[in-house]
Amino acid sequence: MSEFFHALMTQPFLQVALAGGILASVACGIVGSYVVARRITYIAGGIAHCVLGGMGAAYWLRHAKGWAGCEPIYGAVASALLAAVIIGWVSLRAKQWEDTIIGALWAMGMAVGVLFIAATPGYNQDLIGYLFGNILMISTGDLWLIAALDLLVVAVGLGMYKQFLAVCFDEEFARTRGVAVDAYYISLLCLTALTVVLLATVVGIVMVIALLTLPVAIAGVFARRLWQVMIIATILSMALVTLGMAVSYSPELPPGATIITLAGGLYLLVVSVRAILRRGKG
Amino acid sequence: MSDSWAVEFDDVSFAYGAATVLEGATFHIPPRSLAAVVGPNGGGKTTMLKLMLGLLAPDSGQVRVLGEKPSQARRAVGYMPQHSLADLRFPVNVMDVVLMGRVSAGRLFGPYSRADRDAAAGALESVGLGDLAGRNFAALSGGQRQRVLIARAIAPQPELLLLDEPTASLDMRVGYEFYDLLAELNQRMTILIVSHDAEFVSQAVTTVVCVQRKVSIHPTEDVTDELIGELYGRPVRRVRHEHNCVGLGCQGQVHR
Repeated sequence: MSEFFHALMTQPFLQVALAGGILASVACGIVGSYVVARRITYIAGGIAHCVLGGMGAAYWLRHAKGWAGCEPIYGAVASALLAAVIIGWVSLRAKQWEDTIIGALWAMGMAVGVLFIAATPGYNQDLIGYLFGNILMISTGDLWLIAALDLLVVAVGLGMYKQFLAVCFDEEFARTRGVAVDAYYISLLCLTALTVVLLATVVGIVMVIALLTLPVAIAGVFARRLWQVMIIATILSMALVTLGMAVSYSPELPPGATIITLAGGLYLLVVSVRAILRRGKG
Repeated sequence: MSDSWAVEFDDVSFAYGAATVLEGATFHIPPRSLAAVVGPNGGGKTTMLKLMLGLLAPDSGQVRVLGEKPSQARRAVGYMPQHSLADLRFPVNVMDVVLMGRVSAGRLFGPYSRADRDAAAGALESVGLGDLAGRNFAALSGGQRQRVLIARAIAPQPELLLLDEPTASLDMRVGYEFYDLLAELNQRMTILIVSHDAEFVSQAVTTVVCVQRKVSIHPTEDVTDELIGELYGRPVRRVRHEHNCVGLGCQGQVHR
């Protein structure tokens, strides 16, 4: 592990990777808290898997069609927002179809992504990177985009905390107070979409949900108010990303999978300790 | 519009699909009333409140609240739902919940203002829970939670207060001066209490609105056994108080 911290001093790509992970952690802690409180983890999962479709399309445009400026992350943002709006609309207008539509988008996003990547000439190592994360591949250009998205998500997520809290806690009551509940719900899904894209750069599409929810679940054991959950989850997420990168560095393990395994292990540890303490009390 | 009715229903009908809940409901509630909406379970009481709040729209007829369309009057209406949809694992404390009554009162961005906090603290004080502001909402008893939801409803300082089954919890009735609170609030606002338990609320109210698909409205003085029976479909025990004859039912002509 100390090897990692030595390398961090001298290797710019590690500094960029860690900075990206730390930035993404802030959005993760804030938006993840809303997602867990509002119980829309499954929607977040659907959005995450749609991201592959957009990444694949952008990858194809870039490599097969020569659109040099078309970075995969742009495709990811576009497809995540599109998925958020579609799922949000269905959830508000045709609730009975919600899980069917999420399931369909979930699979179609993946399928479209795989087709685009297959249609692109060349070596397709990148597919694995999109699915399972490639934090070490974050470029300086990516870092600026990550910072901008992070700023947007954090500003809206914290600036409208009181409305989001009211809508998540008791939607009907918020409506009686004249809050535009539907607009806030769609906004929350869009924030979730952007956060999913940020986290996908760290741990990949498949494991996004774990990083979005596990730090919040751990924080929920200790915190009594939603803003406390946000602070603890953000700190935990930063610590897990840093630790995951450090642990995986020397043995050359995949950092994304290492981060998620650590998060899952910590969650199991915390709930086990809590269960034992409660039994002791009872 | 201070001279307008607090609540007006004109020939209002509403159905959930094929199930008619309200049929030709017509009544007017004057400002500063303390009115009870009574009737059997499933008789349309909560539906009536949701029409007043603009959460539902009538199939026919017109609903007006404080002289306006319900969706426009919302900010001047306080509402305590019967079943809080709140998930008890949700991480909020009592003050967080009461402040939600002020969610649309102040600025769009940023935290609640000093005025919002003062109003919420006052509301919590008036339901007698001022010292529990920092308590975890899930840690309260059922009756305390209901009082917190009343505080949330009055925090925006509404002109019309709608309470859906505020006495459903047993511990609302003991050791807590619910009537005193109603009387005190009634000096500032019109209050409508929904209850299936007319005996309990009728001790305090001046007007009774009876709902069982059709609606009739009466001063609490006039009650007969026949109308009680008509309302509930069976004879019901009446309660006689010292001054007014108050009971479970209604008298006068049942409109429509």
